[in-house]
Amino acid sequence: MASEFIYDSARRPLPFWEELIALWAYRDLVRQLVARDIKVRYKRSVLGVVWTMLNPLLMMVVLTLVFSHLFRWDLPHYPVYLLSGTLLWNFFAQTTTLAAQQLVWGGALLSRIYVPRTVFAVSALGTGLVNLTLALIPLGLIMLVTGVSFHPALIFLPLSIFLAAAFTLGISLLLSSVAPLFPDIVEMYQVILTAWYFLTPIFYPVKILPPQYRFWLKLNPMHHLIAAFRGPIYEGVFLSGEGLLGTMVLALGTLSLGWFIFTKRADSIIYRL
Amino acid sequence: MIKLEKILSTSIEEAEGLRSVVDPVIRVEGVSVRFRIPLEPVRSFKEYAIRRIQRRLDFREVWALKDVSFEVGRGEVLGIIGRNGSGKSTLLKVIARVLRPTSGRVWVKGRVAPLLELGGGFHPELTGRENIYLNGTLLGHSRREIEERFDWIVDFAGLRDFIDAPLRTYSTGMVARLGFAVATAWEPEILLVDEVLAVGDQSFQKKCQARMADFRRLGTTILLVSHNSNLIRQMCDYALWLESGQVVEFGPAEIVVALYERGVS
Repeated sequence: MASEFIYDSARRPLPFWEELIALWAYRDLVRQLVARDIKVRYKRSVLGVVWTMLNPLLMMVVLTLVFSHLFRWDLPHYPVYLLSGTLLWNFFAQTTTLAAQQLVWGGALLSRIYVPRTVFAVSALGTGLVNLTLALIPLGLIMLVTGVSFHPALIFLPLSIFLAAAFTLGISLLLSSVAPLFPDIVEMYQVILTAWYFLTPIFYPVKILPPQYRFWLKLNPMHHLIAAFRGPIYEGVFLSGEGLLGTMVLALGTLSLGWFIFTKRADSIIYRL
Repeated sequence: MIKLEKILSTSIEEAEGLRSVVDPVIRVEGVSVRFRIPLEPVRSFKEYAIRRIQRRLDFREVWALKDVSFEVGRGEVLGIIGRNGSGKSTLLKVIARVLRPTSGRVWVKGRVAPLLELGGGFHPELTGRENIYLNGTLLGHSRREIEERFDWIVDFAGLRDFIDAPLRTYSTGMVARLGFAVATAWEPEILLVDEVLAVGDQSFQKKCQARMADFRRLGTTILLVSHNSNLIRQMCDYALWLESGQVVEFGPAEIVVALYERGVS
């Protein structure tokens, strides 16, 4: 009876902080959920972890053949351009979708026992980060093969990943605050993702866009995050001071907004699970 | 008959007068819980959006609990009885922090643990060992706490030889044993038992009762929800009778159960 834990429904801190504290207390659960997702993904496949690395490679080969030969964009080292953009996009798309699915999965548990509700979005992020890190290995190989040099700007890559992670968690939480209400939300989100993918310069260069559309690109958060990730790898440059500040505000602002709305709504979500 | 009622009601008043909780661990003060149920089920977001525009979204308000108040002292065993839908399970959920009261106050001192078989938290591809850690952390235990109780769990479930095999190779009985061992490995300060929710066969429920008796001897505070008035009489010091979310009677288990049985029949 060492811990004198007291719960008082009348005297609660702001949901925003309360959830942070609760999440910290349940950090071992986050670790277990990430380990589960990784293990389950690789346990029964013959190729194991190799598959995570092979998958983007195969996709890259196909897309490179299609785009650099069919469309003839004048982009040096197109495979590296394509793969770096694709990796970050996949990280974002897969993590947000997984977060929403996990919350729906956890619903049966959440209506029976207390678990901090952000656990599922945070563990989905953890899984996404592990996969992204593993996928950096084949990216490095491609860079070696195609002769892209490893620029000193690469030391900023963790910062780029951090910004992308913050934005991704923010969107995951926003999605999680509506996904349990209606089963068709995740389906609709997939349609949005597909459109979003084509509107973001991932497999095509920015310069093919007519100047009048460039302005709209500025409003696309994924464009900035991919630029921050691709810069150090492909061009050997990181964001300028101004660009970094803007991207930071964008990423951390989205995270705070998502955290705020989700923790505020979490209690009423439970009634619907 | 009138005489009995008189005796019962006077003894309840006396008991309530005598009852002063020395060391309360649970205080429920005027707790109400409201559910909003759509009049017609809205199944998709498209439907919701259309209804919203047409302003055809009506909710029916249901008060699952209404102004419920009581106290439980350390080491006491409280039984909660009532018909289906009387708010028994909701009351446990409010105390377990699963639901937040719409109004009123819940105050709990100590670690609350539900006695539940969390089969839903198991994953068939993971080994027994991995599932113990997953399930243990879901119940709010740290990695270290699980390490400490790991051997006990494996032995209690009798799965020493299979602990590193994937769960999909287990029989149903083995999975149930593992679930039960994890659920009861730690002695909580407050134990919540919902017989209505506790899925599982007869032997599982028997084991639950045996384990509950163990905990009771150890001085754990227990809240027990049950249809079985005999069980309440056997296990509990006090009982709370709920009807449509409101307290009908609260007092010594003997008396409340007697009143309840008469009220139902």
